[in-house]
Amino acid sequence: MKELSDLTAGKTALVLDQKDNVAIALTDLAAGDTCTVAEDGGKKYEATVIEKIPFGHKFALTDLAANAPVYKYGEEIGKMKVAIKKGAWIHIHNMYCERGM
Amino acid sequence: MGDKFLGFKRENGSVGVRNLIAIIPSVFCSAKVAQRIAESVPGTVHFSHPVGCSQVGEDLEITAKTLIGIGRNPNFAGVVVVGLGCERFTPRELFEGIAPTGKMVEMVVIQDEGDSIKAIDIGTRHARKMQQAVSQERRVEADVSELMIGLNCGGSDTTSGLVANPALGIASDKLVAQGGSSILTELTELLGTEHILARRAINEQVAADILRVIRNMEERLKQQTRHSSNEKRKNLISTGNYDGGLSSVVEKSLGGMKKSGNAQFVEVFAYGDTPTKKGLLLLDGPGHDGEVTTGQAAAGAQIVCFPTGRGTPSGFPGVPVIKITGNPRTFQRMKENIDINAGAVITGEKSLQEVGEEIYQEILAVASGKLSKAEVLGHDEQFCITRMP
Repeated sequence: MKELSDLTAGKTALVLDQKDNVAIALTDLAAGDTCTVAEDGGKKYEATVIEKIPFGHKFALTDLAANAPVYKYGEEIGKMKVAIKKGAWIHIHNMYCERGM
Repeated sequence: MGDKFLGFKRENGSVGVRNLIAIIPSVFCSAKVAQRIAESVPGTVHFSHPVGCSQVGEDLEITAKTLIGIGRNPNFAGVVVVGLGCERFTPRELFEGIAPTGKMVEMVVIQDEGDSIKAIDIGTRHARKMQQAVSQERRVEADVSELMIGLNCGGSDTTSGLVANPALGIASDKLVAQGGSSILTELTELLGTEHILARRAINEQVAADILRVIRNMEERLKQQTRHSSNEKRKNLISTGNYDGGLSSVVEKSLGGMKKSGNAQFVEVFAYGDTPTKKGLLLLDGPGHDGEVTTGQAAAGAQIVCFPTGRGTPSGFPGVPVIKITGNPRTFQRMKENIDINAGAVITGEKSLQEVGEEIYQEILAVASGKLSKAEVLGHDEQFCITRMP
């Protein structure tokens, strides 16, 4: 987590655990924006989002099938209602959680 | 020996971080009299509530234990109990619950005095006398092992779980490592973390208790949302949580539990009770901010640490609430309400460790007398006793 402090104010997103399949936008991202994704552990790479991702929201790091688990903090936070593409916004419109929303 | 702060030593060995007089009604019917007494004497706080009568069983017992616990909180040097006279939770029981602490306690009962005006008069005289008696007391050095903090987050967004809660976890771990206590609650927002928390239990009993209380809370939520007539009221997290990027209760929970750092849980205790052990504790209660901090203050917490991503100004009467946000935008907007900007981690100005230390130092400063922003502005809306269905 300390790597967070290395981030600049540029277009960035964060991956909290190696098991995760989502990144969290640390700035507002617009469709087509390419941002720097920082993994917990220091690895960095580029990713392009395919729709608007508000600050603090999540996008997919890979294509996800319907019912695929969504991982954040290395834990399952829910499953996809529908299939989505890499770079898509993941939120209550396309994700569900059996424990509650 | 650990770090020190300057507090007020009580007769029973506990240490207050404030030296206030509490005016506590035993029933809602005497709430206005309690408020008027408090308004007459600076340095007092009152605890208006809507309960104390027409309740039965566990519900009334929780009310009773919580009101007694508030009176026993070491931040209060004296207590004026204000009763009506015919209520189920009698003012005598409240008085006798608080008196063993050795602090000053007086009781005024409206039906005994004759009317509310007379009760206000008598209560004001008690409060005046207590306030003058404590006015000459001075803070003395105390060890941080005497501190108990409550952990509660409200108006969470993604930054709460990302930076504000982990930073508070660092501060909590530092306090616990030196013998102090820290209380996690909000069971309705721990769903999906029970396997992680249970692994951090000090023994099998505590692990079983953690699993049990979270399972029971989830069952209670299921009961409350089962009927189709409540279709619109099924959400376990709030609209602001969604706006802030949280999509499920489990996602919120995984971020919420980070307030408790990495320490081992030493005890799970019931709402209204006082823990028997020192260290990291789990209080069995729901996620309503006021119900959480009320249970924590009744357990003896002298300070509450409150991360808020969306931003909330609320405070607690007589128990300082330290506000922390992980959202740099919220800090800019709500600087007048928020004490610590953990959003500095997001903007790259500070490390998580640095903000954790900043929170810890703020806890020591507030324990030694620095007023939190919620205190300065008079925010006291969090007092709210939980109810059983």
